[in-house]
Amino acid sequence: MLDKNGIAQRIAQEVQDGYYVNLGIGIPTLVANFVRDDINVEFQSENGILGMGPFPFDGEEDADLINAGKQTITALPGASFFDSAMSFGMIRGQHVDLTILGAMEVAENGDIANWKIPGKMVKGMGGAMDLVASAENIIVAMMHTNRAGESKLLKRCSLPLTGVGCVTKIVTELAVIEVTDKGFKLLERAPGVSVEEIKKATEGTLIVEGDIPEMKL
Amino acid sequence: MIKKTVKNVQEALEGVKDGMTMMLGGFGLSGIPENSISELVKLNVKDLTCISNNAGVDDFGLGLLLHKKQIKKMISSYVGENAEFERQMLSGELDVELTPQGTLAAKCQAAQQGFPAVYTPAGFGTEVAEGKETRDFDGKMYVLEHAYKADFAFVKAWKGDEAGNLIFKGTARNFNPLMCGAATITVVEVEELVKPGELDPNQIHIPGIFVQRIFQGKNYEKRIEQRTVRQK
Repeated sequence: MLDKNGIAQRIAQEVQDGYYVNLGIGIPTLVANFVRDDINVEFQSENGILGMGPFPFDGEEDADLINAGKQTITALPGASFFDSAMSFGMIRGQHVDLTILGAMEVAENGDIANWKIPGKMVKGMGGAMDLVASAENIIVAMMHTNRAGESKLLKRCSLPLTGVGCVTKIVTELAVIEVTDKGFKLLERAPGVSVEEIKKATEGTLIVEGDIPEMKL
Repeated sequence: MIKKTVKNVQEALEGVKDGMTMMLGGFGLSGIPENSISELVKLNVKDLTCISNNAGVDDFGLGLLLHKKQIKKMISSYVGENAEFERQMLSGELDVELTPQGTLAAKCQAAQQGFPAVYTPAGFGTEVAEGKETRDFDGKMYVLEHAYKADFAFVKAWKGDEAGNLIFKGTARNFNPLMCGAATITVVEVEELVKPGELDPNQIHIPGIFVQRIFQGKNYEKRIEQRTVRQK
């Protein structure tokens, strides 16, 4: 079983040379720490920067330089700044190669819910609806089950949707799963996790074909 | 040169009235029009509809207007950092229209550029699209989103000249350029106001034609919401 860093480490393997990548808040943010240093990747933050760098050194933080999580950041050589329309133009126009975000629920048809729980204070969708409606390559980073132990990989989402039929891959503490026309297809198991455990934690249709390899981290 | 300068924030906000719709630039607390917000608090105008990506924090930004119950309706993409906001929303005092961030940007830009509406894929199949016109283009579904209509746009830029030409800094740019010219009157506050000719025309982000009033702001606090650093 993986921890949050393990999930991020596995997702980092999906990041390829020359990719522009948008990272959501939470586990997705950790992915940047695990991207191979022999490839060239630029991180986009939808509030208006490409070429986002690490946090600034103590004392060098700048109120005019933040990421979508409102954290102070730095700009790497080759970075650029732009307004929010251009930022979402990059996203809507499918110029961003990979979007990694968290979710409360994913359905076997690729629907995603990650912005609203009825009866609870709704904070808003931010850029999530724009990202999931447009990106071609969307990887969800999340835990396989919620705190009550219920599966988050469902036949149909029960929560209000963020987007429809959009998720391509899911990486959890248990497995790597591809979203296909026929349902969730199991690609890899986390170290020490059995196919049976993954089946038990997955409410939606889980397709298991042949031997399922263990993740290499 | 057509001069856009006004003496001060008081003159910049002349004509602001109860019940108006305001656009306010900024993402989180970055690039917010601090001087104009302070003046709106002093003027104590009520029943405002505010279009702004976020709603400030409890004691800064739009949180200051919320605290005095000056806002009737908030149009934002994310409003998470504000306890007073939550209280007013849950009690029904405050009307909230949540809009995807890219759609919010597009609706401002549409108003700026004379498009009555734009099609976006964001929100299709979700409650955001309920009651809205949808349409298939090449096998993908889109939602028709109308341009905003606003009385005032309050914008913060880094540098500006007397002709109203603007340059923004870093990620404080965000929604600010899109709100210029998107309202009947665009009020811009800058950290540094210079004479015409001092800014390189090649470097201008927003030409002065989109600006009605410009003034040099004062006492910028530029508060940081999430101070994240690493050690040397």
